[in-house]
Amino acid sequence: METKRRYEHAASPGGNLPASTSPERVLRVVPPPEPGRNPGTPLDLDLVRALRVNRSAVERRAATIPTRRTVKKEWQAAWLLRAITCIDLTTLQGDDTPGNVLRLCAKARQPVRHDLIAALGAADLGVRVGAVCVYHAFVSAAVKALEGSGIPVAAVSTGFPAGLNPLPQRVDEIRASVAAGAREIDVVITRAHALTGDWETLYDEIRAFRDACGQAHMKVILGTGDLATLGNVARASQVAMMAGADFIKTSTGKETVNATLPVGVVMTRQIRDYAERTGQAVGFKPAGGIRKAKQALDWLILMKEELGDRWLRNDLFRLGASALLTDIERQLEHFVTGRYSAAHRHPMV
Amino acid sequence: MGKVTTVSEIFETMAYGPAPESDKQALEWLERHGRAFGLFVGGRWTKGKNGDAFDVINPATTALLARVTQAGEGDVDAAVAAARKALPAWSALPGHARARHLYALARAVQKHARLLAVLESLDNGKSIRETRDLDVPLVARHFYHHAGWAQLAQSEFAGYGPVGVVGQIVPWNFPLLMVAWKVAPALAAANTVVLKPAEFTPLTALCLAELAHEAGLPAGVLNVVTGDGRTGELIVQHPDVDKIAFTGSTEVGRIIRKATAGSGKKLSLELGGKSPFIVFDDADLDSVVEGVVDAIWFNQGQVCCAGSRLLVHEGIADRLVAKLRARMEKLRVGPSLDKAIDMGAIVAPVQLERIRTLVTRGVEEGATLWQPSWACPTDGYFYPPTLFTNVSPAATIAQVEIFGPVLVAMTFRTPSEAVELANNTPYGLAASVWTENINLALDVAPKIKAGVVWINCTNLFDAASGFGGYRESGFGREGGKEGMWEYLKPQREERSGKREEASKKPAPKRASRSTLPASRFPVPPIDRTYKLFIGGAQVRPDQGYSRKIVGPGGALLAEVAEGNRKDIRNAVEAAHAAATWAHTNGHARGQILYYVAENLAGRAAEFAGLVEAMTGQGEASAREEVDAAVARLFSYAAWADKYDGAVHQTPIRGVTLAMNEPIGVMGIACPDEHPLLGLVSLVGPAVAVGNSVIVVPSEAQPLAATELYTVLEASDVPAGVINIVTGAKDVLAKVLAEHDDVDAVWYFGNRAAGADVERASAGNMKRTWVEWEPRDWMEGEGREFLRQATQVKNIWIPYGE
Repeated sequence: METKRRYEHAASPGGNLPASTSPERVLRVVPPPEPGRNPGTPLDLDLVRALRVNRSAVERRAATIPTRRTVKKEWQAAWLLRAITCIDLTTLQGDDTPGNVLRLCAKARQPVRHDLIAALGAADLGVRVGAVCVYHAFVSAAVKALEGSGIPVAAVSTGFPAGLNPLPQRVDEIRASVAAGAREIDVVITRAHALTGDWETLYDEIRAFRDACGQAHMKVILGTGDLATLGNVARASQVAMMAGADFIKTSTGKETVNATLPVGVVMTRQIRDYAERTGQAVGFKPAGGIRKAKQALDWLILMKEELGDRWLRNDLFRLGASALLTDIERQLEHFVTGRYSAAHRHPMV
Repeated sequence: MGKVTTVSEIFETMAYGPAPESDKQALEWLERHGRAFGLFVGGRWTKGKNGDAFDVINPATTALLARVTQAGEGDVDAAVAAARKALPAWSALPGHARARHLYALARAVQKHARLLAVLESLDNGKSIRETRDLDVPLVARHFYHHAGWAQLAQSEFAGYGPVGVVGQIVPWNFPLLMVAWKVAPALAAANTVVLKPAEFTPLTALCLAELAHEAGLPAGVLNVVTGDGRTGELIVQHPDVDKIAFTGSTEVGRIIRKATAGSGKKLSLELGGKSPFIVFDDADLDSVVEGVVDAIWFNQGQVCCAGSRLLVHEGIADRLVAKLRARMEKLRVGPSLDKAIDMGAIVAPVQLERIRTLVTRGVEEGATLWQPSWACPTDGYFYPPTLFTNVSPAATIAQVEIFGPVLVAMTFRTPSEAVELANNTPYGLAASVWTENINLALDVAPKIKAGVVWINCTNLFDAASGFGGYRESGFGREGGKEGMWEYLKPQREERSGKREEASKKPAPKRASRSTLPASRFPVPPIDRTYKLFIGGAQVRPDQGYSRKIVGPGGALLAEVAEGNRKDIRNAVEAAHAAATWAHTNGHARGQILYYVAENLAGRAAEFAGLVEAMTGQGEASAREEVDAAVARLFSYAAWADKYDGAVHQTPIRGVTLAMNEPIGVMGIACPDEHPLLGLVSLVGPAVAVGNSVIVVPSEAQPLAATELYTVLEASDVPAGVINIVTGAKDVLAKVLAEHDDVDAVWYFGNRAAGADVERASAGNMKRTWVEWEPRDWMEGEGREFLRQATQVKNIWIPYGE
């Protein structure tokens, strides 16, 4: 689709300028709004720099997310089914081959055994995962395998996981994946821009990614484990949303620390703030280290508490995971049978 | 049971469902006792002597839980007797043995953690999440921590021993936790205990007594009697109780203060509050919102230190209120055993009624009420989270303690106005300060009159940190080393023996001949007119009367001004005007005390002559007293920059600073003996730590004090730091004790007047230190005095970027 370009003022690069000086303004491209998509806003450096996050307080909040709320019995089963629909079923290994990617796609179509779905009375719900997430090399294979399922293929991109390839190559990589049929692109930011406070350059980089994504939805991976402080996480979240992120995502899964609840608290609060300011709902995707059904429930509770029910659907919430699905299946079987289940009783991913 | 909800329905609604914690084991425990409880006295269950009992209700369902005994006089007598009987053997145990007992208690609590949590939740109506995650773990923590103090008591509290039999009265808001806060330090310090839980919530205390007995705690060490205020009164009035420790309302605290006046009972009171929750414009507002949830919607707001007054910078008030309302909409109120609720039930109908009445009053007085759109359950005593905006400091709801989930919001313009508003209350229990600016946080924290200040956090508690109030929130601390002192007293037996010998030694030579200079010189001395010393100047008394001071032989020595209540009033104002003394650094305070000592030493002979003339104690003895006074001033000059606080080892990433702060303006009525040394021994520590004082010197022998005016003037003591008012000591001491702008009174004299001072202090719940037993003033100095001159403020500062 040919988009009509809108031009808006934004602050110039040169992050070292004191906030009080009036930097020379340059023109930046802001795409027009599309239904359901975040068009972004001009970079508001004052807002970004004024963000305050109190780590200890955030950690206390995060610690009580799993203790203030819980779901049991039917509620737990239903919530776990909902969690499945939010999973970006992922394989991002150096030894991936078309074979294991196809197996993943098959599991994506039928994530829970038929008999369990039937016992849960959930046959009509059409429970499938949110997307399948792979490297560019396997995009076309996955697209083919998922044909007719409605399950989108997501490609990690832009020099995943470090994101340090030359910018033109990173942009080209997005275009290639989109051309290969990826409907979602998980991009990684240059963490250096966040660590040095160069928000203008980060904004421009993400804008460039967004332009390259075109119709494909863009999830911006902040690599929160690399960002050192929760303040940086908050600032990077805001910049990514201003630059047009459809989702903000915690981690590549390759950092030493991945999705944690405190990081989730900070990112969801920024999403809430952005929605209040712009009316635009941006999605959230925690990824990395989410292996247990209980964790999935904690993340759903976090979304419900900090953002609201609207964020419990897979157009605004994804869980980047692979082993998680098996644990959820085991819990569902336990609910159905009353007996504890074993992994080998469920078709492997 | 409502309608069956299917998985596919929930899949769409994504609603929360019921998540009940089982009450099976707790009910079984109640059944094992036939749902009827006697008293736990002398290591066994006993029946109440008069057969009275009352119902204990589950406030979340209004169901009857059990019948519990209303203890009467005979029961309290029996409990106190059991505690008295157990005391010698218990206090003779080595610290290590008591440590083992407390360790076993901590273990017992942990082994039965869920039983206690569920029972507490049933009895009080608070959420199982709180009892499970906060109350009970903190109970265990308190016993562990104090097992440590028992182990270390001999070395860390050398020269101190137990107070004796301790009567403890605890409230219904944290029934078991308050038991632990009271019992653990009492037992660690080798006291024995008679404990009365609140009548609304006696079950966990009874359960703990049983567990303690099973864990091997000797009979009589911990006795639990149940009942209402009448039982409490019996404990308070009991002549064989050595100390009362009370947590509850300021109203009852005041009654207890009056009732124990002159009884010699040691007293610690943890009373009400109206604690400020201060939000500056650079705070992390989303975290502030959760802080408010923890501050006022914790335990349904039935928390003495609840952050019930939200003070927010005007520029961000609208944003914060909008965020708060959104958050309140998401709070969940429900059955206390539901694991997915934020608030449970209010403890009893009477409390619910109080909340409703005050909220109605708030609306009537023009404040804007806001409550979430959802409705509370109606099968128990529930009340929704409530926020008042457009509240003025004059409003009833801004002043009185509501003790419910009701927050009142007010705005401020500047940090100093925030402090002013924060301190605009008779209370001083706790405060919460939210800012990302450490300079601001650490500037504001010491300025707030409160025993606990939480920076960017709220309602954090730990056994290692002292908890307790300033002003009408009471006195004494619970937790930390500062809390242990409440259950210890100097081991007087040895000392008093010494004192008797000492007092025998220098038998005062009764006025053989006057050594007054006047008698030595043929020409009459220049008249010395002793006025009062107020605000750094010698001023005439309000009424133009003087008092004759005569020597032991009856000779007129001098005339001193007769101070009255207006002079006291003026002196108190002068002392307040000297408030910067509290912020003068320790080195500077020390320098001034050294200077006083230097100038006193320069006139040692003259002062010795005065002392001798007044007392006839002999020249050598008088000279000894002056020399001791000089040395004592040196001691407190030395202490001035050395009476350090502590950094407590609380389990947070952060520091908990225990700061020794001056109490403020103190009245000091000096002992009659040792006219110079007695005064110096009391004024020295008070002034060294930053208090301003109004001193009433020895009534009969005030000349050393009046002569001191010129010494103080010559020594750069800032005006108003030391004020001296001569006159009728006991009368003036009572005026000081009654004065609502005096923060503490020390009285050394006779028992009847001491009792008056204690009784009168109940007006503003000022701290008192009253002694009528004679002391050996040649000896008394150091930490005991410095502790009396200070109050500990614990400042919690979590950190981490």
